[in-house]
Amino acid sequence: MRHSTRIAVGPVQFRIGSDWRAPVAVLDRLYAGYPRDDTRPADATVRLFAARPWRRWLRPSVQIGGDFVIPDALPLPLSMGLLAAEMGMNLQVALGWRRHLLLHASAVARDGRAVIMSGESGSGKSTLAALLGEDGWRLMGDEFTLIDPAGGDALAFPRAVSLKNAAIAEVAARVDTARLGPLLAGTPKGDIRHLIPRADAIAAMHEPARPALLLFPRFGGEAAIEPMGEGEAFVRLTEASTNYVALGEPGFAALTRLVRETPAFGISYPDSTTGLALVEQLFAEAVR
Amino acid sequence: MSAIRTLVDLLAGRREAAALAPREWDGVISVARAEAMLATLAHRLEGAALPPAVAALFADQRAAAAVAQAQSMWEAEMARRALASERIEFVLLKGTAYAAAGLSCAEGRQIGDLDILVLVSDIGRAENELLEAGWEWVKSDPYDDAYYREHMHELPPLIHKARDRMIDVHHTILPQTHRIAPDALSLVSDAVTTENGFAVLCPTDMACHCAAHLLADGDLQGGLRNLWDFHSLTRDFAAADPGFWGKLDARADRHGLHAPVHRAARLARDLYGSALPSGWDRHDPADLWFKRRLLARDDWGHATHFALQQAFYIRSHWLRMPPLMLSRHLWTKWRKR
Repeated sequence: MRHSTRIAVGPVQFRIGSDWRAPVAVLDRLYAGYPRDDTRPADATVRLFAARPWRRWLRPSVQIGGDFVIPDALPLPLSMGLLAAEMGMNLQVALGWRRHLLLHASAVARDGRAVIMSGESGSGKSTLAALLGEDGWRLMGDEFTLIDPAGGDALAFPRAVSLKNAAIAEVAARVDTARLGPLLAGTPKGDIRHLIPRADAIAAMHEPARPALLLFPRFGGEAAIEPMGEGEAFVRLTEASTNYVALGEPGFAALTRLVRETPAFGISYPDSTTGLALVEQLFAEAVR
Repeated sequence: MSAIRTLVDLLAGRREAAALAPREWDGVISVARAEAMLATLAHRLEGAALPPAVAALFADQRAAAAVAQAQSMWEAEMARRALASERIEFVLLKGTAYAAAGLSCAEGRQIGDLDILVLVSDIGRAENELLEAGWEWVKSDPYDDAYYREHMHELPPLIHKARDRMIDVHHTILPQTHRIAPDALSLVSDAVTTENGFAVLCPTDMACHCAAHLLADGDLQGGLRNLWDFHSLTRDFAAADPGFWGKLDARADRHGLHAPVHRAARLARDLYGSALPSGWDRHDPADLWFKRRLLARDDWGHATHFALQQAFYIRSHWLRMPPLMLSRHLWTKWRKR
């Protein structure tokens, strides 16, 4: 491929190739502070390419390829090349990674104990994680949390946080603009802007954390905390995992252990301030 | 050297893993994934000197392949239970058969659907039993459904509604409209039983089917994996029975598969270093095109040589059905686009 770069996020080494310079240039800026080992072979490959040769120049559009692809996926305009790269990277992890149980969940940690937040998009799990990451917590990731089947620890996947819509302004008000990516307006997922995690979160990305709390946030409505049984947490997390079935028995063992050892709650919150307070309160009770 | 060449050389044992530059692994891993052979490579290089990141990735692949294989064998067991009450005998084919028989090519082999072979006289009953046991039709299109039933060598694919796994029920190993008509009755009657009680094709038939599947029934997509099967099967069978190659020759003639079986042997020799006996060890200039097709992938795992791919795609249809029928088929398919 004409342009390429390498990115290491948590345990995954990516190789990203592109027909255009722009997506690689913006990735290099977002991931400049991540540890880089150019001699380490890549676990996963992403290709950003023009589906037809003339689409490199004429209304350029980016097709997402790589080791794993979604058949019939629609291309994105070149201005959204960064989103294409992010989707390509997510896809390789979601479909290809087998070392850990993958949860589609955000996570933060404090004193070696992790809060894992799982929910549909729009639940606010990314926003809560991003805000906690600016407020004394170590950001572990906004998209995937990895569970080590052997020991049960949570492992981080702190890619650049994908802020969406209203969350952009809320987070942008609290961080240095140098830590923000370009605004991608009007994407199929709404407005998107990336946040580079704090340097200490990136430096600690290989440090495991013991799960302390499983949260299933829901944005909107009165503040509420609802304890959740092991069975429901288990079923919800099987749905939030992209490799639970593929892992077989080790995946089952890891997930049953996680829900048995970790208290789980559904939380509703009308605004971020309330959401953050609920997380702090439940964490304090869980680690007491 | 291209990554796909390096992959083939590593599998063949012509190149040491330790001799690869760290960055060469990027391409090897990508093309091996694209060819569904990453776990096969991981098994082939178990114990070799590898960069730590590659060793860890390969360990993941071996573990994942073991789980996937156990799931595939469970699927075979489900079919056995579904067909047991009507006493319908079936023969496992391809990946599940290699795993059931404990053959070396099963190590790390990706297994997709469950493929089974039944007598043509049992096919209607087999379909009924599977439908009662929870499998459902996938193809809702009446033309496709009718096409399968009238012209193909298998039922329209069925998927189990609870386990989401596909079963292909064959009554022979090539489409009925194919220029070659293997002797399906002897495939079933000469099948052998594995230690775990499943029937699989006898060694010579297994090699014949593998070659037919690779060279007579498709456009060679994923062909490197099928060729690796052929290489491993014939090597193991010949090691256990010195007369294997002679028997394979006779059996291939009986099924009308002389040309595909011999070509598969030559390709396996050229790419994976199979040792062939005299009589097999010939050269055919046309093999070059097959090798080019098998190796048509760049270092990012992307398929290349578009014209060659198309040519093999057209060839696969040309072999599968007579010209008039082909034109009718393409016309119908085109109008439905």
